Amino acid sequence: MVAKKVKRSDGRTYDELRKPYIIKAGVVKRAQGSAMVQSGKTIVIAAVYGPKKVIPKHLEDRDKAILRCRYNMITFSVKDRKKPGPDKRSVEISKVIANALSRVVLLEEYPRTLIDVDLEVIQADAGTRVAALTAASVALADAGIAMKDLMPAVAAGRANGHILLDLTKEEEDAEDAVDMPFAYIPSTGEITLLQMDGIVSKEEIKEMIALAKKGAEEIYRLQVEALKERYAALARLSEVVK
Amino acid sequence: MEENDNKEVEIVYPGSVVIDSLDVIPGQNVYRVGSKIISKRVGVVVKKGSIINVVPLNGVYIPKVGDFVIGEVVDIGVSFWVIDINSPYDAYLGMFDVKDYVEKESDLADYYDVGDLVFAKVSKVTRTKFVNVSLKDPQAKKLGKGMVINVTPSRVPRIIGKGGSMIKLIKDKTNTRIYVGQNGVIWISGENTEIAAEAIFYVEEHSVMKGLTEKVAELLDKRLGDGDGSKESEKE
Repeated sequence: MVAKKVKRSDGRTYDELRKPYIIKAGVVKRAQGSAMVQSGKTIVIAAVYGPKKVIPKHLEDRDKAILRCRYNMITFSVKDRKKPGPDKRSVEISKVIANALSRVVLLEEYPRTLIDVDLEVIQADAGTRVAALTAASVALADAGIAMKDLMPAVAAGRANGHILLDLTKEEEDAEDAVDMPFAYIPSTGEITLLQMDGIVSKEEIKEMIALAKKGAEEIYRLQVEALKERYAALARLSEVVK
Repeated sequence: MEENDNKEVEIVYPGSVVIDSLDVIPGQNVYRVGSKIISKRVGVVVKKGSIINVVPLNGVYIPKVGDFVIGEVVDIGVSFWVIDINSPYDAYLGMFDVKDYVEKESDLADYYDVGDLVFAKVSKVTRTKFVNVSLKDPQAKKLGKGMVINVTPSRVPRIIGKGGSMIKLIKDKTNTRIYVGQNGVIWISGENTEIAAEAIFYVEEHSVMKGLTEKVAELLDKRLGDGDGSKESEKE
């Protein structure tokens, strides 16, 4: 492929994640499980409640759990104040995140229950839905819910004629910009989220998917580390008490 | 969990390969893909013979037949009580599953009323997780006044200890009566209930730690020494 000498405004190479990229598990004390993801200037907190009883009861599924997501942007998360409450965009994002997570959570293990995943965007600088998805899968693992695997998510796209990983808002605002959120299950290779609008060639799509996969693998390692960190503390704390 | 005491504690997470071998059988909280055994949850690997299990470190209580649970009566039907067992699923206690002789036309509230605590055995769990509990077991009973605390259900085995060693230690030292439900509800009654509760929370928090029994004994001695002079002299 073409030479990848790209200059990005934040000094990254084309295939680098934003810095800092931090994942932390167990940030919300009263939730069953929780996680925070910071990707550059984007910060998302995920909290998981459940499995719990389904209310209202007629919604319950006798064969499996219902996974309900609520993606919400806090009013001060963007430059101009965001009007609080759900809108078309957040309803759509909640839905695609719930669909993606359903592929990885073993819902059949919890019949007639509800798993609530709350996603709060504290600060938005593009890539909030993938950050939310990354946080959600760590939070679900932290909640002790049975899962096939963790699910990393990242966006790839095109800006100023270059194929780039993990676009910022600034890059997304370029004239020819295309953004493609991407989530996948590393152990099976299943792609669970792939959205895009804009015009790109077949080659570019292939390139973007390959790039996103590479980024996702990196995020997967960070997810694992976050969980290890959280639970290693359990064992480590004991050494201090001595 | 105690068997692992001399080994490094290895923590696995969803998707991590526990072992790559065809000679072992996947047990609880793991699944097999090809020759690999993969964990479903965050937990500690425990090998029992050729069966590989992952003991989870967190999660809600999912009822299993044979478990003893502590529940609260939350509703009364014509022929059953509804018991809240600290789980996504409510349990049902049938009118003929209690030790008392229940008259057919009687009001069930005369026997167990809303708010009463019971130490019951899970007698049946259907595929869709309808749960029945029973008080017919000799160990099952109605619990009176006491302190009730909640712990993470998956750490209950550690609180009980190997052959009940941990809970016996706490009971003996604090001079309390303690009932531990597999659902993470613990009922304490007696002299030093607060100290017993503190010891239990300590065990819960440090459940993967090695040599925990000695630490708990130490903690109990320290706490009991503070307030009670007679206890201290007894030890020295």
